[in-house]
Amino acid sequence: MKKKYNSADIGKFIFVIGIIVYFMNRSSGNMGYNWQWYRIPQYIFTFDSGRFIPGLLFKGLGVTLQITGISLILAFIFGLTTAFLRLSDSLIGRITSRLYLEIIRNTPLLVQLFFIYFVLGPILDLSRFTSAVLALSLFEGAYASEIFRAGIVSIHQGQWEASYSLGLNTFQTYFHVILPQAIRRILPPLTSQAISLIKDSALVSTIAIYDLTMQGQAIISETFLTFELWFTIAGIYLLITIPLSLSVNLMEKYFRVDI
Amino acid sequence: MKKKSLFLQILVTIMVLFFLAGSSYAGEIQNKLVSESTIEQVLKRGVLRVGMSTFVPWAMKDKKGELIGFEIDVAKKLAQDMGVKIEFVPTKWAGIIPALLTGKFDVIIGGMGITPQRSLKVNFTVPYEYSGMSIVAHKETAKGFSAIEDFNKPEVTIASRLGSTAAEAAKKYMPKANHRMFDDEAQAYQELLNGKAHAVVGSAPTPVFHAIKNPEKLFIPLKETFAKEAIGFAVRKGDFDTLNYFNSWILVHHSSGWLKEREHYWFETKDWESQVQ
Repeated sequence: MKKKYNSADIGKFIFVIGIIVYFMNRSSGNMGYNWQWYRIPQYIFTFDSGRFIPGLLFKGLGVTLQITGISLILAFIFGLTTAFLRLSDSLIGRITSRLYLEIIRNTPLLVQLFFIYFVLGPILDLSRFTSAVLALSLFEGAYASEIFRAGIVSIHQGQWEASYSLGLNTFQTYFHVILPQAIRRILPPLTSQAISLIKDSALVSTIAIYDLTMQGQAIISETFLTFELWFTIAGIYLLITIPLSLSVNLMEKYFRVDI
Repeated sequence: MKKKSLFLQILVTIMVLFFLAGSSYAGEIQNKLVSESTIEQVLKRGVLRVGMSTFVPWAMKDKKGELIGFEIDVAKKLAQDMGVKIEFVPTKWAGIIPALLTGKFDVIIGGMGITPQRSLKVNFTVPYEYSGMSIVAHKETAKGFSAIEDFNKPEVTIASRLGSTAAEAAKKYMPKANHRMFDDEAQAYQELLNGKAHAVVGSAPTPVFHAIKNPEKLFIPLKETFAKEAIGFAVRKGDFDTLNYFNSWILVHHSSGWLKEREHYWFETKDWESQVQ
């Protein structure tokens, strides 16, 4: 369905933007803050006689991407496994998955991160990177599992019966019948979860991992370019998360065409 | 002759007018500066808002949850002398300067060391206290270390609080070591207790307290503090009236011996410990 816009709508839009710009101007005028944007580029990257030199923020971005990349895959695995266990006939499976879900979902990520790094870390000999990835993927995996479960149970019971009567076993039914249909329904909430993971990864700075946020904090502590740097960091997070949203939009369209 | 005196009269009149206009203009600016100064605002409001961060024994919570410490005494005395109430605004260390600049409070009294970098963003008073850095090390990972040179090696990890003068001093005195910075001092000390860092650098006397608390794991490798630093109040730039008032206040209490007496109580005795534990 194509949406139509009329001139009144556009007028309202411009009005709202106008108000926002007015307030931003006013507050920055009142703040008496001395903006020094010209000191920022050196922290992103510079060119020295044609050679690319990554700045501290650029290196931090690398660490953030590494952590979120691995955590995304792990969270996906944790989530799917937990969802299957919760829907399985095994009592132990159901209890453990339920326990995992409730503990993780009802405690703050920061506490989990500190617990894994400072308490479990020395016992299990976890490195700082492993602790960070583990905490993030366990946390997001719990949320992902509920999304998976909701998607799976939303598929009509008749599909199961039909599959079984065709002689498919449970695994084949999941793989060929249920999941392909469920994926379409769970893609939007799953994308939100992935984006949350990227933003939540900023918390790993608290255990001194030099990700994007930590690099920013370290630079701020030396230069006091507080607002310039935080805005730059927010911009860089946007640069990663927006393409992710857009690519999932494309995927949604692709899956729709498929049926 | 007549012509000349007329010219002179006009010249004098114009000069007098200019002088009057100039002086009244200068007076106006002066009035404006005084009425807009932080100190005037504080008196009008009747409340002095002080930005601080908890930091033993500078500012900490006692058993009842009340703030106590050297800095708290200083801020309370300051408010008392001004005849206003006091309000403490606890702020995360990393955000304390921006919070001052955006007017969340009037002054930082938070054990803030005076540094050239910070002076570019805020104005400091004369020092009301001096502090040194001390270092606490892990008995296993830093076995036998007894000098700064022992820590200045690439395989040594030193933890400190992000944005503190201790972190700066650690980088300056041990440039070759691997520096790891945490949001809070508690996390830096936990890292040390877990044996994942060789040492923590902090403002004296906190590292010593930690060594006393965990004698089986930690020790003090250097007998003396290093990198003596001057501690001042920080105010917004360009407010010389306020700066001048605070400077005079500090001067008065240096001469009266009150600052010395408080310093002795908080840094050299342990009489206050029963209030905390």
